[in-house]
Amino acid sequence: MNRIQETFKQLKENGQKAFVPYIMAGDGGLGCLADRLLTLEKFGASLIEVGIPFSDPVADGPVIQQAGIRALANSVSLRDVIVELKRTKGNISVPILFMTYLNPILSYGVERFAEDIREAGIDGCIIPDLPVEEEDIIAPLLEKANVELIRLVTLATPPERIEMISQKGNGFLYTVTVKGITGTRKEYQSGIGEFLEEVKRLSAIPVLAGFGVSNEEQARELASFCDGVVVGSRIVELFIKNDLQGIEKLVSSLHKETMI
Amino acid sequence: MIDYALPNERGHFGMFGGRYVPETLMQPVLELEIEYEKAKKDPEFQAEVKRLLEEYVGRDTPLFFAENLTKHSGGAKIYLKREDLNHTGAHKINNAIGQALLAVRMGKRKIVAETGAGQHGVATATVCALLKLDCIVFMGEEDVKRQALNVFRMELLGAKVVSVKSGSATLKDAVNEALRYWVANADDTHYLLGSVMGPHPFPMMVRDFQSVIGNETREQILEREGKLPEAVVACIGGGSNSMGMFYPFIGDTDVKLYGVEAAGRGIDTPYHAASLTKGRPGVVHGSLMYLLQNEDGQIQEAHSVSAGLDYPGVGPEHSYLKDAGRVIYDSITDEQALSAFQLLAQLEGIIPALESAHAVAFALEQAAKMKETETLIICLSGRGDKDVDTVRSIIKRGESQ
Ligand SMILES: Cc1ncc(COP(=O)(O)O)c(C=O)c1O
Repeated sequence: MNRIQETFKQLKENGQKAFVPYIMAGDGGLGCLADRLLTLEKFGASLIEVGIPFSDPVADGPVIQQAGIRALANSVSLRDVIVELKRTKGNISVPILFMTYLNPILSYGVERFAEDIREAGIDGCIIPDLPVEEEDIIAPLLEKANVELIRLVTLATPPERIEMISQKGNGFLYTVTVKGITGTRKEYQSGIGEFLEEVKRLSAIPVLAGFGVSNEEQARELASFCDGVVVGSRIVELFIKNDLQGIEKLVSSLHKETMI
Repeated sequence: MIDYALPNERGHFGMFGGRYVPETLMQPVLELEIEYEKAKKDPEFQAEVKRLLEEYVGRDTPLFFAENLTKHSGGAKIYLKREDLNHTGAHKINNAIGQALLAVRMGKRKIVAETGAGQHGVATATVCALLKLDCIVFMGEEDVKRQALNVFRMELLGAKVVSVKSGSATLKDAVNEALRYWVANADDTHYLLGSVMGPHPFPMMVRDFQSVIGNETREQILEREGKLPEAVVACIGGGSNSMGMFYPFIGDTDVKLYGVEAAGRGIDTPYHAASLTKGRPGVVHGSLMYLLQNEDGQIQEAHSVSAGLDYPGVGPEHSYLKDAGRVIYDSITDEQALSAFQLLAQLEGIIPALESAHAVAFALEQAAKMKETETLIICLSGRGDKDVDTVRSIIKRGESQ
């Protein structure tokens, strides 16, 4: 059993949902990455997504785009992030996932990437521009390195395809809950609950909802239909404002005592 | 003759191409592929494309023997394939007509497109006006400033032009923004991509729609010369006019094919757009292709005096044809293109687009090395009215120095 599976097993045993925050590596300088990871773990994050900056992030809205631009302005590269995480490995115990577009990986070298991130203690990898049809370019190498490839399904994915995609993974199924890109949303389209329940029914592995989750209420509502939520843009915004209280409130929104 | 049947069913040209898109776009691109395959085999659809190309665009375009240019270079007979005589002034409309009719067939009445110089945007806005489709065009803020006249043209035609401020605010960012828009609106919107790039089936489909260039040329030259040409030359931005010109000749291994990229201020400076000459394979905008990128895999900005060649990638099929050695790729600097621009105006009374002037500049050098009994064809992809202002200010600057 890998660490992601262990985490979900533990959550299930405790009757808990997963809260997965996203941060952009290098936003605010690479120096604060380890600190931010610690903060998120302390506030109760179940897993943490670490974004790698990319010049052309087609799946991202303005908040994460801007965070990426700031990180690139700090000259932060995939290589730097791997080195930094390797250096601080062992400081935190929750699983870490990379969220990176494919090209920085190709440029780094797929084989070396798989080996190096394993060594740096990365447990999984989300590649938003890599649909299952093309994943042979890296999936076997990640598997060999025991790094979990996290796959996505969306509102536009038909049921047979959701089933097919879920069967490929062992970690969790990332369910995109908006038709669109990342970024905070005031509300979700109707029927989102039914959709998540259907994905839950079709999926052999845990299901997390992500994209657009903007506050505690939305997090709790979406999590009630599946195994937890991923929150990106809102966390990035709160870190820019250095609003640690806000982050704590959001990250702990799925804790039992607040879930009344 | 060689057999050539790419892409494969996954949209791969060797290692290149594919569908590297977010999962939300997988349904739209799979649906598009199915609908395109059906349309391709439907005689009614093909007849409608042909009718509009003839009656609206003005095809066939002439193949013109450029006698003065031939004398000037002193070698092979030079012919010009006059895509500049198409309605809206460039080859871009061949593809816009095909895709817009396909969108109508799919029941999609909204069109989104990207544009750099504005030529593809104008072609798309034109066809959308004709077919009564809603049209939204994303254009980098820098290009909106540089190409104000084309922005006004698109607006006259009823399109909404959105200025893109993200990233480097040029063509590559306009593509990003068009893709993001499509992710959110794929239900009722078709993305009318302007070159042989993006996820499968776009590179194949755009090539097919542009192949009318090469098919006509092949027939015309056989009629005129009784034999195939020894050389065919076309400029390369994303690669659509060249792919459309080359494709019908790929099996004829005796015909040398030359793709000309923009060398900007020189390929040994950071200011060029020579993706095939100086780039490395990588993935952006849904496809694996040669790309200008730094050592960390961040996509770099391209530079050329010609806005239509100002793209850091090049279609996957060209990437394949380079590695396969079937097409020879070279590059021409801003300065060389500007001279060819003026030369063609003076010698033949044809003002070419700055993009096409790159092909002319290369062809002159090439023809000079060839025999008088041989023929060389240039794809003159567009006319130069849009560039007159740019060229005038460059010449003025030169004179005042
Ligand atoms: C006249 C002309 N030629 C060439 C190009 C380059 O595009 P492609 O390589 O797809 O033909 C453009 C693009 O705007 C153009 O306007």
